[in-house]
Amino acid sequence: MDIPRYWRLKDQRYKLQGTRCNDCGHLSFPPRLVCPECKSRNYSDYRFKGRGTLYSYTIIYQAPDRFDDQAPYLVGLIDLEEGVRVTAQLTDMTLDEASIGMPLEMVIRQICEDGARGPVLYGFKFRPPFTGQRDSA
Amino acid sequence: MRKVAIVGIGQTPVREHWQSNLRDLAVSALRDAMDDAGVETLDGVTVGNMLSGALSDQEHLGSLIVDYAGLDGVEGMKIEAACGSGGAAVRMAVKAVASGLMDTVGVVAVEKLTEYSGNHSTAALATAADADYETNMGLSFVGINALLMRRYMHEYGYEKRDFAVFPVNAHANAVHNPHAMFHFQIDEKTYSASKPVADPVSLLDASPIADGAAAVIVVAEEDVEKYKGMPISILACEVGTDTLALDNRKNPLWLRGVERSVKKAYHVAGVTPKDISLFEAHDAFSIMTALSLEASGFAEAGEALRFAEKTGVGINGGLPLSTMGGLKGRGHPVGATGVYQVVEAITQLRGEAPSPIQIPRPRYAMTQNVGGSGATVITSILTCLNK
Ligand SMILES: [Zn+2]
Repeated sequence: MDIPRYWRLKDQRYKLQGTRCNDCGHLSFPPRLVCPECKSRNYSDYRFKGRGTLYSYTIIYQAPDRFDDQAPYLVGLIDLEEGVRVTAQLTDMTLDEASIGMPLEMVIRQICEDGARGPVLYGFKFRPPFTGQRDSA
Repeated sequence: MRKVAIVGIGQTPVREHWQSNLRDLAVSALRDAMDDAGVETLDGVTVGNMLSGALSDQEHLGSLIVDYAGLDGVEGMKIEAACGSGGAAVRMAVKAVASGLMDTVGVVAVEKLTEYSGNHSTAALATAADADYETNMGLSFVGINALLMRRYMHEYGYEKRDFAVFPVNAHANAVHNPHAMFHFQIDEKTYSASKPVADPVSLLDASPIADGAAAVIVVAEEDVEKYKGMPISILACEVGTDTLALDNRKNPLWLRGVERSVKKAYHVAGVTPKDISLFEAHDAFSIMTALSLEASGFAEAGEALRFAEKTGVGINGGLPLSTMGGLKGRGHPVGATGVYQVVEAITQLRGEAPSPIQIPRPRYAMTQNVGGSGATVITSILTCLNK
């Protein structure tokens, strides 16, 4: 990913920042210029807390080029507490530990290296909440 | 609006065409369709393609193909809607003819996917998804379908083996289609033993990427006497859309793009799901077939697999699917697939399918081409025209 694009996405990738419609209160992630519910263009930035549950998950064996050296890795759809769903890699867990409905929290991790001389890209991933001990036992 | 018909079809076999380039594949299919229709020239050409820029370093396909097809000076333009590019190109031609702007329009859809390594093609195909919020998380296109399949199994209580019905049927039919990529049967056992690509999606859930080109000639129904090819009426060719990203959909298991497209198509054609004699669904993945059957009104939500078992999806079943092999058995030359589906539906309606896979006296054939994970959907309904 080129540097300006990466820079533009920093609030989303580091802070999970979306938008809140000032007219109907609808929350969006990614940010949207037009509210999908009431079509208003009047919005504010809204930062999601980064806590949610697992809606679905998979493990990628054949990865797109840039992710090839990480494969296999887990990707999930996460339902945030605020009622918005996001796509992210799952980390600090194995396929066997994943289950639909499990609680998750956001962490900032390395997403990929963009070639040998490109930047290392960081962004959000999700992991089981860190409680000092695993509650699944 | 004028009624629209198709009077010519052409296709190359779906293969890894190492010896042929993009333009030659397209020209072969287009000229075959023109020969079938008995036309020397066209008013315009729409080209369906997704990845010529990414995988062949070639954009500007319209004028290139028109030139090499011997149609010097004719208008030609590329239409792109990811895996729905072929269907979208048909839609554009139908609009041009129905409106009266053009009388004879060629549609050719072409894709060349096997030039590069699997990982490079995987990355290129993933551009059908949301680049910033899906692909940049490392999600592949197979991965998107795996997310859907896992959730579907969880919500509706299915086992992985319950999905075997679709690929087993696709392969059984592809055996008899000389243009198909795969000519071998599979059974539940081989399906269950197949290697995972993105769990729970395994190799035998996923259609193979391939090269190929298919073409049709679209004309006004009132003019069909002027052409040589057996005319087939295209009663509807309707588009529905949805969010590009899966995570932005309230219920990812209900394909609203499919529902919107199919509702319009049934309405325009004046038919219901019960009238459909065969359905060329977009079986890029087994889960896609299930979700399409539900959003298209053939089965209730969560019932597609039970519906398939009960109704029968084979050639003599209640709703024949993938009659020439579908994406799974014929192969999935991504941007060309939508036109292959239409060519195959016409082959069935003309009664020209190889005898083991010819549907007896089909009345209405439906094709459905799905772009991405359902963000662009084109549903067409075709029937015989009494000349
Ligand atoms: Zn609003």
